[in-house]
Amino acid sequence: MPEFELARNAFGRLVLKNDEGVHEGVAPVRAFPVTAPGEGVALMSAQGRELAWIASMGALPDTTRILLEEALREREFMPEILRLVSVSGYAAPCEWKVETDRGDTAFTLKSEDDIRRISPSALILTDSHGVNFLIKNPVDLDRHSKKLLGRFL
Amino acid sequence: MTAPLPEFWQAETQTRLAPGEAVLAWLETDLDAQLRFSRGLLLLTDRRLLAGDANGTWRDWPWRQGLKIERRDHAGVGHLELTDAASLLAAWHYTLGLDESARRLAQCFLERNAASSEGREPEPCAVENCPGCGLPLPAGHALCSACTLEANRPPSTWTLLRLWRFARPYRNQLLVGFLLTLASTAATLVPPYLTMPLMDDVLIPFQNGTPIDPGRVKLYLGGLLAAALAAWALGWGKTYILARVSERIGADLRITTYQHLQSLSLEYFGGKRTGDLVARIGSETDRINVFLSLHLLDFATDLLMIGMTAAILLSINPWLALVTLLPLPFITWMIHVVRDRLRHGFEQADRVWSEITSVLTDTIPGIRVVKAFAQEKREVKRFSDANAHNLAVNDRVNTVWSLFAPSVTLLTEIGLLVVWMFGIWQVSQKEITVGVLAAFLAYISRFYGRLDSMSRIVSVTQKAAAGAKRIFDILDQASSVPETAKPIHPGRIEGAIAVKNAGFRYGNRTVLSGIDLSIAPGEMIGLVGQSGSGKSTLVNLICRFYDVAQGSILVDGADIRSFPIGEYRRNIGLVLQEPFLFFGTIAENIAYGRPDASREDIVAAARAAHAHEFILRLPHGYDSLAGERGQALSGGERQRISIARALLIDPRILILDEATSSVDTETELEIQAALENLVRGRTTIAIAHRLSTLRRADRLVVMERGKIVEVGRHDDLLEKQGAYYRLYQAQTKQMEGGEGEDA
Ligand SMILES: Nc1ncnc2c1ncn2[C@@H]1O[C@H](COP(=O)(O)OP(=O)(O)OP(=O)(O)O)[C@@H](O)[C@H]1O
Ligand SMILES: [Mg+2]
Repeated sequence: MPEFELARNAFGRLVLKNDEGVHEGVAPVRAFPVTAPGEGVALMSAQGRELAWIASMGALPDTTRILLEEALREREFMPEILRLVSVSGYAAPCEWKVETDRGDTAFTLKSEDDIRRISPSALILTDSHGVNFLIKNPVDLDRHSKKLLGRFL
Repeated sequence: MTAPLPEFWQAETQTRLAPGEAVLAWLETDLDAQLRFSRGLLLLTDRRLLAGDANGTWRDWPWRQGLKIERRDHAGVGHLELTDAASLLAAWHYTLGLDESARRLAQCFLERNAASSEGREPEPCAVENCPGCGLPLPAGHALCSACTLEANRPPSTWTLLRLWRFARPYRNQLLVGFLLTLASTAATLVPPYLTMPLMDDVLIPFQNGTPIDPGRVKLYLGGLLAAALAAWALGWGKTYILARVSERIGADLRITTYQHLQSLSLEYFGGKRTGDLVARIGSETDRINVFLSLHLLDFATDLLMIGMTAAILLSINPWLALVTLLPLPFITWMIHVVRDRLRHGFEQADRVWSEITSVLTDTIPGIRVVKAFAQEKREVKRFSDANAHNLAVNDRVNTVWSLFAPSVTLLTEIGLLVVWMFGIWQVSQKEITVGVLAAFLAYISRFYGRLDSMSRIVSVTQKAAAGAKRIFDILDQASSVPETAKPIHPGRIEGAIAVKNAGFRYGNRTVLSGIDLSIAPGEMIGLVGQSGSGKSTLVNLICRFYDVAQGSILVDGADIRSFPIGEYRRNIGLVLQEPFLFFGTIAENIAYGRPDASREDIVAAARAAHAHEFILRLPHGYDSLAGERGQALSGGERQRISIARALLIDPRILILDEATSSVDTETELEIQAALENLVRGRTTIAIAHRLSTLRRADRLVVMERGKIVEVGRHDDLLEKQGAYYRLYQAQTKQMEGGEGEDA
């Protein structure tokens, strides 16, 4: 059992209650958002201090976990690219049309350097406004997408 | 006026707006509550806030006292939250590209509030729109960042033609070179032509019993010799001229690229790997150079040769000529097919090559860390992995490539066979003489030989095109701290600094927001706060290493963006958190900002920085080498050199970022004394973790997580028992603790 209680207040903020007191505006943060999203979630106070550490989301009581997952969904934003629909050119800068787990969108890739490898398989693409897109494993993409992506790797 | 609504929403909003209801501002959001991509609209009118989403659900909040809109962002997503005193009423979400519009809407909402509490009619909020895409512009920019990008978009093919910009200054030499090429090619085509009369008028008649005419033979052989000599001389001339020119073009290209690189902002370098840039400016320019001087020249010669040969062959015998030229269309088609594949392959290969250089430039400067943690094996593995990647990419290219060249050869061999067959048949029909056939064969063996080498041009061209593209990537990069078109020349400034509501982001991470600070000329400000609170970032903004994302910074009342960057920075002396020395002598390093400084000045600056004595203890005094990145000196010594460097330019604004962090207490006292010299009469911003260092400061500014939380004098701030008090407490406790252990 966790030694804290979590709830949402009327302003939509998470409120954490533990032995030390009540903290408003708590934010959940994954420690390894790409390589191990299910492990290691920290609850940070509005001042940026760690209030609680959750080693594994699976071990939480359901209500807390659902609340946390919802909060994470609202806070984290790294759409995962599932398919590349089209890429406007063979070289950056170019316009990418993609299907992601958060819906279809288009973005501008400023330079090839904005494609970064962050683990042996995963890639992160940063668009011209600083939004990050994740490709978990390029090998799992379909042929068309792989071909388009291949222009830049 | 507000910008017109996107078409998608126009009809719908028309029906929803009450008669006479005026739109003050709007925002088209692109994310829903679960942060999925979906469009929505947020309208601020004089009466209410109206919001619609993609499903056609509309909600509105009539205007009343106590409504508030707050904006915040995290991880590339901006949020607008509408609250009243009791609860959250609604929230909207958007990607940061729309941040300007959102800020305007929030601002407009505030103004609306103010207007109604003063009993005025609310006015539409003025918006300046980007002429490119219609989105609101960040203040002071002519195009929004997305459109600047659009304007600079490089054409994906034909990149090589852009090299013309560098060739233009040499166009006269190029013309001469071209004419020489034409002439020398023509000269090489004479010998096969002479085989015709040699065969038909000398050898074959001799076989048929006519004696050889020595005069004729002399004439033909003389012709052969003359053609060979002419081809030699002309060929030498063209190669010499064109090689010279291309060497110069290559050098210009390299210098221009480096010059441009130096003008780019720190933001650009932040996102780049040194090895990659080194590879681009070093080896890619060289490759282009070789391409221009060798391959392009060969290629031009080949093209001319083929054109001329075709013309000669057609004039001798059109039918045989047509048969001879048969493989040409096939080869052209093949070139077309493999070209794109090859170019991307080569570009990939270049990128991988940069990866290899990057491993080197990463680990060689960090060699002490590598050795300290005994990770030599791992670094070797990283290097060999990069090499393996390189091999894989090159293998892929070579597969295509290796098939291509033999295919061309095969086609030409088949062509030769066809010419033999068709020629023998024509000879048997008495349509051509043996001499003509011999001449044809002599021509086409050259001709096909050239085709073979021409096919090789495909790969080098694509390699050069890939290299050119990577260079133009740098050249096309616009600096994110642009020089203004109408500069104000600051001259020697007074040193009054005013930071107004400044905000800044690294990528999508907001690091500073709502910073307001004004500093009087000659004032010394101590900047304190936890590590990572944004102190160095604020200083970077004041130096204009980066431009503020919101707000502005004024120096002597003028926006620093209106100064020419170089002239402005000449007024700033900067001592960095990590002092960097260049390879060179100590004296050169001290005089870096003012290379014309006299020796007396250098010594005086070093004395004032309390560096004089340790410099004299070095084996060659001021002429000692600092080593790469100043490795030959200790951390504290490097710091004092960099203080001397800042002193020497006699700046009006002095910025000390942890100038005394890596020295012992005694040296710190010395440096303190040195700084007293430095600080006198200049506007100074000093960052320090050891609060004792800032005793002399007129005011202390305390930062916490990107905001200024307290400003005041040491004693006042202690009395307030706020953030500064906590920092101070923590430090004195630690000092006492340390002394306790010592005792
Ligand atoms: N080039 C950069 N790219 C991305 N983030 C950066 C960059 N430089 C700094 N940051 C981040 O910005 C925040 C503020 O950094 P800054 O260097 O201004 O801190 P600081 O107050 O000077 O800290 P310190 O006292 O440790 O020097 C930090 O959280 C840091 O991680
Ligand atoms: Mg710092």
